[in-house]
Amino acid sequence: MMATLTKAFKPILGRQLGNTAKVFGAAVNSQRGKPTYPPPAKYGGRHTVTLIPGDGIGPELLNHVRELFRFSCVPVDFEVVHVNSASTSEDDINNAIMAIRRNGVALKGNVETNHTMPPNHKSRNNLLRTSLDLYANMMHCQSLPGVQTRHKNIDIIIIRENTEGEYSNLEHESVSGVVESLKIITRNNSLRIADYAFRLARDKGRRRVTAVHKANIMKLGDGLFLQCCKEVASGYPDIEFDSMIVDNTTMQLVSKPHQFDVMVMPNLYGNVVSNVCAGLVGGPGLVPGANYGRDYAVFETATRNTGKSIANRNIANPTAMLLASCLMLDHLKLHDYANMIRGAILTTMNETRLHTVDIGGQGTTSEVVQSIMRIIQSGGPLTTEI
Amino acid sequence: MILRIIKILKVLGIGYRIFCYLTHTFLSIQTVTLIPGDGIGPEISTAVMKIFEAAKAPIQWEERNVTAIKGPGGRWMIPPEAKESMNKNKIGLKGPLKTPIAAGHPSMNLLLRKTFDLYANVRPCVSIEGYKTPYTDVDLVTIRENTEGEYSGIEHLIVDGVVQSIKLITEEASRRIAEYAFEYARNNQRTSVTAVHKANIMRMSDGLFLRKCREVAENYKDVKFTEMYLDTVCLNMVQDPSHFDVLVMPNLYGDILSDLCAGLIGGLGVTPSGNIGANGVAIFESVHGTAPDIAGKDLANPTALLLSAVMMLRHMGLHGYAKKIETACFDTIRDEKVLTKDLGGNAKCSEFTADICRRVQDMD
Repeated sequence: MMATLTKAFKPILGRQLGNTAKVFGAAVNSQRGKPTYPPPAKYGGRHTVTLIPGDGIGPELLNHVRELFRFSCVPVDFEVVHVNSASTSEDDINNAIMAIRRNGVALKGNVETNHTMPPNHKSRNNLLRTSLDLYANMMHCQSLPGVQTRHKNIDIIIIRENTEGEYSNLEHESVSGVVESLKIITRNNSLRIADYAFRLARDKGRRRVTAVHKANIMKLGDGLFLQCCKEVASGYPDIEFDSMIVDNTTMQLVSKPHQFDVMVMPNLYGNVVSNVCAGLVGGPGLVPGANYGRDYAVFETATRNTGKSIANRNIANPTAMLLASCLMLDHLKLHDYANMIRGAILTTMNETRLHTVDIGGQGTTSEVVQSIMRIIQSGGPLTTEI
Repeated sequence: MILRIIKILKVLGIGYRIFCYLTHTFLSIQTVTLIPGDGIGPEISTAVMKIFEAAKAPIQWEERNVTAIKGPGGRWMIPPEAKESMNKNKIGLKGPLKTPIAAGHPSMNLLLRKTFDLYANVRPCVSIEGYKTPYTDVDLVTIRENTEGEYSGIEHLIVDGVVQSIKLITEEASRRIAEYAFEYARNNQRTSVTAVHKANIMRMSDGLFLRKCREVAENYKDVKFTEMYLDTVCLNMVQDPSHFDVLVMPNLYGDILSDLCAGLIGGLGVTPSGNIGANGVAIFESVHGTAPDIAGKDLANPTALLLSAVMMLRHMGLHGYAKKIETACFDTIRDEKVLTKDLGGNAKCSEFTADICRRVQDMD
C-alpha cells in the first residue's frame, strides 16, 4: 500500500521521499556503487538551476552568464537565491541549500567569509558543500592556446575531497592560548573519493592517477587515505597508480608539470595544488571547477576567488564562470549548447586583443562577452538580438 | 718502555689541548658541529670541508652521528655526545637524514627539532644565474614555524575507519616566530613581511596565529605587514614571485610553500636552509634527500650544503668568507663548464668541488 501511495504521490512528493529512501538505503547498500543522479528539474523542456550570485565579481559574471544563455536560447531558467555574507543568521544559506535540493544543480559565485567574525560563524561555502555532501571537487586544468604562460600544454585533472580533512570546522581552545584544530580522515570518504577519481580516469581515458599525501608525518591520517587509494587502485588494473608527498608535488608542478595526469588528494592539499595549477595555466580567471555529490552538482570557478578588488570595474575575466556554465550544461545533458558556447570562448581566447587584464590584454569583460555572442550568432542556429 | 711511551703520548695530548685553546682564543677559530648524515651526506660534507679549507675559513669541524637510540624510559633520543657538542658549539651543519614512512620511530629531523627547540626554519630562495628555470626574478625568504601546527604528531584512531589528527597552535610559538620574522626582516634589510594563513576556514587556530602576527607587527613599524590566504599566495607565487618578500607561516603551509619556492629556483639540490632554535642554537642543513641511488658514486651535488654553510657563515658574522665562497660557487655554475648531473652537466662531485676550490684560492 505504501508502495502504491508513493507511486501516486511521486510527482508531488517525489524527490523528498526518494531522498529519505536513499538515506536509509545508503546504510544498507554499498557506498561504492555508481552514483545515479536523479533527473534535474525539467518542466516544459526547460531546466531550472539555482543561481547564487555571491560577492565581489560573482554577481556581474553571473549576469553575463544569464545574458549569454538568454541570447543563445539555452533552455535553462535560473532561480536566484541571494546569500548575504554579512548577516550572522544561517537562514540565507539554508534557503540556498533547500533550493539546490529542489533543483539538483546550481551555479554559484563565491560567498565571502569575514574571518574576524567569531568561530561559530562558519564559512557559507563550506556549509553548502558539507550539507549537500558534495564530496568531489573536480578541476580540469588545461593550457589555453592563446594565453601566454611559462609552461605550455598542461593537462591535469585534480580531484579533491571536498567535505572533511582540515575543513571539518572542529576547533577548541583547551587551555587559554592553546588552540586545537581537528583534521578528520575517514575510511568511507577516502574510498569514495578514490573510487570517483579512478572511475573518472577510466571514463576520460586517462592512464595514471597520483595520490598526494603527507603520510611520512601524518602517519595515521594520510596513511589511511593512502591505503584506501591503494585498495581502490587494485580494482582498476588498467590504470597506473602512484603517490607523491605534497611538498615534492608542488616542487614538481613548478618545474615539470607534464608528468601529472590525474591527481587525487584530501581537502587542504587539494586547495594548494589546485591553486598552483590554476596559476600555471594562466590564472584564476581561466579555470572552471565543479563540485559533485551523489545527488547534487554545484558549478563555480575553480579557485573560488571573491575578487573584491576588481568587482564592478568591468575588468574581471568571465572565462572561468562561462566555462563552469558549460560544465553545467554538460551535466544537464545539453551537450550541443555546451560545445557551442565552449567553442566560442576558445575562439575568443585566440584573438589576443580580446584578453582581459589578468592575462595581459586590455579588453573589458563586456567586450569579451560580446565577442563570444557574435561568434555564436555567426555560427549557431538560433539566437535573439545582441 | 711501555710506560715511557704512554708518558710521551700524555704530554703530546696535553700539548695538543693547549694548542687548540691558544688558537681558539687568539685566532678566533670557531668550532661547528658537523653531522654528515646518510646516503650522499658524507661525500658532500667532505666537499664542503675541502672548500672551507681552500678559503681558509676559521672553522673547525666536530663530526657527530645522530642515529636515534632508545634512552632510559623507552623514549627515542639523539646520542648524548651529539647533544653535548651542539649545546657547546651552538652552530651546526647537517647533511640529509633518512626519514622512514609510516613506521614506528619518529623522523630524525623531527627528533632534532624537538631536542634543540628549533622553532624557525628559514629558507632564502634566490634565482641562481646560470641555472635556468622558468622563473628568473625570485628573491624571497620563507620563515616557517617548526615545532607545532599540523606536525605535532598527535593522532588518534577514534573508531575503526575514522582518524583524527590534531593541529596545535599556541600563542607562545606564534608570537616567537612572528618576532623572529620581523627581526630577520629588519636585520637583512627586507621591506615587508606577509603572514600566510587560512583563517576563513580554520578560524580559531589560524586566527590566533594571525592575531599574534598583528600584535608583533605593531612593534616593527619600519617593516610593512600584510596578510594573505594560502591559496592566493600559491596562485600569485606561480604567476609572479617577484611580489613576495618575507613570508611567515605555520608549519604545514610553510612546508608546502618553502618547497614550492625551492622548485621555482631549481629544486632542493640548490636550496639552502637554516633552523634557528632557542638558546642561540642554529643548525644549517641541506634539505634534499639522501639519494641512496647515487650514494658513494661521486655524483652528488654539494651546492645545497655549501649554500647552507654560507648562510651559517653569515649568521656567525663572517661575511667576507661567506661572500667569497658564494661568489666562487655561483661563478662555477654560471660558467657551465664543470657541472654535476642534476645541474645539467656530467662532471663528478670531486671535479665540481675542485673547481670551486680553485676559484676561491684565485680570489685571494
